[in-house]
Amino acid sequence: MRPFDYFAPETLDEAISILRRRGDGGRLLAGGTDLVVRMKEGGLRPPYVVSLRKLSELRGIEFSEAEGLRIGAMTDMATIASSPIIRERFPILADGAALVGSVQTRNMATVGGNLCNAAPSADMAPPLLAVDAVARIAGAQGWRDVPLQEFFLAPGETVLQNGDILVELRVPTPPRGSGGFYLRHTPRQEMDIAVVGVGALVTLPNGDIEQARVALGAVAPVPMRAHQAEAVLAGKPVSDEVIARAAAIASQEAQPISDVRGSAAFRRELVRVLTERSLRGAVERAGASAP
Amino acid sequence: MSKHPIRLTVNGGQYELAVEPHRTLLDVVREELRLTGSKEGCGTGDCGACSMIVDGRLVTSCLMLAVEADGSDIQTIEGLACDGRLHPLQQAFIDYGAVQCGFCTPGMIMAAKALLDSDPHPSFEEVQRGLAGNLCRCTGYTKIIEAVMVAARQEAL
Repeated sequence: MRPFDYFAPETLDEAISILRRRGDGGRLLAGGTDLVVRMKEGGLRPPYVVSLRKLSELRGIEFSEAEGLRIGAMTDMATIASSPIIRERFPILADGAALVGSVQTRNMATVGGNLCNAAPSADMAPPLLAVDAVARIAGAQGWRDVPLQEFFLAPGETVLQNGDILVELRVPTPPRGSGGFYLRHTPRQEMDIAVVGVGALVTLPNGDIEQARVALGAVAPVPMRAHQAEAVLAGKPVSDEVIARAAAIASQEAQPISDVRGSAAFRRELVRVLTERSLRGAVERAGASAP
Repeated sequence: MSKHPIRLTVNGGQYELAVEPHRTLLDVVREELRLTGSKEGCGTGDCGACSMIVDGRLVTSCLMLAVEADGSDIQTIEGLACDGRLHPLQQAFIDYGAVQCGFCTPGMIMAAKALLDSDPHPSFEEVQRGLAGNLCRCTGYTKIIEAVMVAARQEAL
């Protein structure tokens, strides 16, 4: 690793002013499981690094019916996966967090880092897209809210500009009768990266699908929603046929590439299979959550 | 690059050091504190040979900057034996043939300790999952998992 200047500010304002003063090329350090690897082996040589570990504004998980869920960007995967409120009300988020890396990775890697690294395969992206998460960003120009759908621009690239810090994710309280589910395909059970990941959320207030979300990972330059598949599901009673149809459409909406983890054709087929399974898991959980 | 002052508690001992920001916790523990039990395998968080318990949580110390560990309470393999007696996990690894070349063993035992600290009676599958971030190229894992299961039973006595 090349030497760099290191800052560990204690307030958000101090962090933003360091970024403004030092300018382009600096990196924000969260859990380090992506950044430190890239600085060791990926040729990344930032002139300075700003650690986020002392910023209390980026910590914590809170929930209320009125305000919904708030997850601080520095919350690690193990904490998300084991959070009682997340497991009870947003199990789709626990699904994603529990799949990342190993025990060690989950103790270090943060949700903010997972999103800001902007890998198309990020396991927290489809679950958070499915629950309509909004990214709260602090920057030199003040605060702004960006729906997660608009957060990713390209592999490794987000809407964050120099001087911006992702502070937290806000998730609205899901309507009554909602259920969500995330799963992925990997050749190995642990310590692997998704070949395809699919998150689904359905709302079934009285047996019919009032609304549905289908979010896909690792099949496009950025994590994406399958809007046409969602439209097919909306307003229909739950049936094997409608789930199969939505899954077939999602597989057409995906824009996969062929790489070392799988061919484009294989990924398309995986989207179909995993969308079916993910929707079934979501329907089951929606049933379990109904009063 | 300027050095940053840090304080570490390692296996109960207090250390005050000045470190360059680009040095990892693993580097500093091995080279400054001369505790060379923790190993560097891959250096990218994939193999687990550098595993330490930092503030009660298992981490890959090759991916943690030493400056980020400032103020932390750290356990390494050197801290497990007590009054000349091996930790039950260490003894079980010896008794059940879970050590071959030995390179993965310190990280493997720290991962097993972190698992048993949070779940004293894990199932076979939970042990597998708890050790999933630690690679062993010699044993095929069977004897390692057996040793952890045996140590878990002994600690219950």
